[in-house]
Amino acid sequence: MADYTYTLLIPLIPFFVFLLLGLQGHKMKPFIAGLIGTSGLGIGAILSYATAFRYFVSEHVAGTGYTSIKAFEVTWLHLTDKLTINLGVLIDPISVMMLVVITTVSLMVHIYSIGYMKGDPGFYRFFSFLSLFSFSMLGLVLATNIFQMYIFWELVGVSSFLLIGYYYEKPSAVAASKKAFIVTRFADLGFLIGILMLSFTTGTFDFQTLTNPAGPAIASKGGAVFMGMSLLAWSLILIFVGGAGKSAMFPLHIWLPDAMEGPTPVSALIHAATMVVAGVYLVARLFPVYALGAPDALHVVAWVGGFSSIFAAVIACTQTDIKRILAFSTMSQIGYMMLSLGVSGFGGEEGLGFMASNFHLFTHAMFKALLFLGAGAVIHAVHTNEITGMGGLRKYMPFTHITFLIACITIAGIPPFSAFFSKDEILVAAFHSNKLLFAIEFIVAGLTAFYMFRLYYGIFWGKDRHYHHTPHEAPYVMTVPLMVLAFGSIFAGFLPFHNLVTSDGLPLETHTEWMIAIPSVLIGLLGIIIATVMYKSETAIPDKVAGTLKHLYKWAHRKFYMDEVYLFVTRKIIYRYISEPIAWFDRHIIDGTMNGIAGVTQYTSVAIKEFQSGKLQQYGYVFISGTVILVLIFVYLF
Amino acid sequence: MIQNIPLSYYLVISTLMFFIGIYGFLTRRNLITMLMSVELILNSVNINFVAFNRYLYPQQLQGHFFTLIVVAVAAAESAVAIAIIINIYRNFKSVDVENVDEMKY
Repeated sequence: MADYTYTLLIPLIPFFVFLLLGLQGHKMKPFIAGLIGTSGLGIGAILSYATAFRYFVSEHVAGTGYTSIKAFEVTWLHLTDKLTINLGVLIDPISVMMLVVITTVSLMVHIYSIGYMKGDPGFYRFFSFLSLFSFSMLGLVLATNIFQMYIFWELVGVSSFLLIGYYYEKPSAVAASKKAFIVTRFADLGFLIGILMLSFTTGTFDFQTLTNPAGPAIASKGGAVFMGMSLLAWSLILIFVGGAGKSAMFPLHIWLPDAMEGPTPVSALIHAATMVVAGVYLVARLFPVYALGAPDALHVVAWVGGFSSIFAAVIACTQTDIKRILAFSTMSQIGYMMLSLGVSGFGGEEGLGFMASNFHLFTHAMFKALLFLGAGAVIHAVHTNEITGMGGLRKYMPFTHITFLIACITIAGIPPFSAFFSKDEILVAAFHSNKLLFAIEFIVAGLTAFYMFRLYYGIFWGKDRHYHHTPHEAPYVMTVPLMVLAFGSIFAGFLPFHNLVTSDGLPLETHTEWMIAIPSVLIGLLGIIIATVMYKSETAIPDKVAGTLKHLYKWAHRKFYMDEVYLFVTRKIIYRYISEPIAWFDRHIIDGTMNGIAGVTQYTSVAIKEFQSGKLQQYGYVFISGTVILVLIFVYLF
Repeated sequence: MIQNIPLSYYLVISTLMFFIGIYGFLTRRNLITMLMSVELILNSVNINFVAFNRYLYPQQLQGHFFTLIVVAVAAAESAVAIAIIINIYRNFKSVDVENVDEMKY
């Protein structure tokens, strides 16, 4: 077993960059600050690639496959002899894969941001937050135990909050950042309770012990049964609630569209490629426990993922803000990954869904980051987010146009682009597990192609609008990351994922099932054709279709009124029937007691302060009369 | 002769002086007069000391010496008091005790 201690540097370098830029950044020239942030991530990326190469090449043992390695670990909190909280670095196929994803996308976003954020007064602040985010996310994926993961999970939430609210002068951005933080924090409560229950049943936080098929978690078969499911299943469902909050699964998705208030590179990094897949990573990390210990919990994961994916895809067809379309698309694709994990089993052929989910996570990170960065370049050029304010941009922005088109074809699942392979594996896994879920995903594949090409035609085709100035291509510092990611989108599908990232570490034999691959490509093409007919040149068809499906269109356009439902539940029910009585109690009973004590004291002091008149003779008079009275008392007594 | 005067005579004088002093202290508005009243009180006590010493313990001299100490301390005390009164006069342009009520609530 080789020494991987140096992987500790991968999260630590961004952390020190964060400290440096956060404390000293205001003294630097913006370009220098950007360069420091970027080069910090660049070193991290190189180290990650080296680690991935070494791990996947040299750690494979015939017969047992890839093992997980604890590269580094210290005891951070020694609570009792049996209960300690450790911090460390865990190297195994999924964490190495996530290292590559995070550092690649983060590096691209850093380079891109040098161009995108040029001239912004908070340039160094932006880069220090990006570094903080990278540190937290890398710490999250390298966590050796679930408690460390929870710590970094919250740090990721904080950095997301800071970056969504980056434009803190804008009230909408502030509201969006608070919403994102509160919703995910609410979900994290479930995660925390889940951790406590899980460690109560199993007696450990450590991932290696937890996921060992012969370990206490799985061997216990879940302990006491509550409402038809074991304690273990309940704890895993609660952990999944935390994952669903971060990954924007229904019904905790409401923060994600609003999170698009942040700068576009942030949306690409956090709300498309890395942070939102933390939930998928969490389930994948605990996958043996889910699959072998509590399959019930896995069904919940599958159905939540499936429902979220179709729910978001329908909404995405009706939105007009390009970043929101991409946000709902992200939610839909993460639904795919969750579903794929949910239908998977552990080990061998059964583990296809697990592999497919991680594969899709990888390809999705590439093409979705590309889409967001492309959208950022477009927004940079035309200064609006609304699709109705765009059109005909292909003449002005050739690089952006081509790379965006590549990403759209990729997400539509057309071979030989990468998402074809990963999506196909997911559909195969779903087909062999549950036909209804397969049908949902099949429809979503068509919808995805449709709304992505609606977006594509809306931006790059059609008539020119009245622009403030002639749109121009973004500078090279922005287009080069686009090209790198486009390269990744095209070729990531050829990586031998089935040999590298599997549920049990052993290579998996996969073969393209044409019975599923051909229809899925066809429905993708169908979606593209419909979008071409409807949106390539501006026609009256979209309005007619919207008119025919009036109610459905209206509901989907208003995001199925989920925000309103939340407002109703919080304002009308929680505020009125829980918060207000508590506030009344606090204001009148708790504060009343305190104010009462203070009031009595004050009243008394006002009443007796007249004695302190400052008149010498009055004092003397009181003194002497007191003496006389005392003398009379003593004379009377004795 | 002095032996023919009974002790009660001294005590009556001293009591009168004491209450005259208290009356003066409480009713006079002039600080100097108040100081004089305080001296009256002190001296009434001195008379008591001397008289009791002479009539009850003629062989001993503690009462006399104690009186001498009180006189000395009273001299020092009136010096301090007069210094205070002068300062009050400089601040308030008056020695009326009614004006000196800054130290209230």
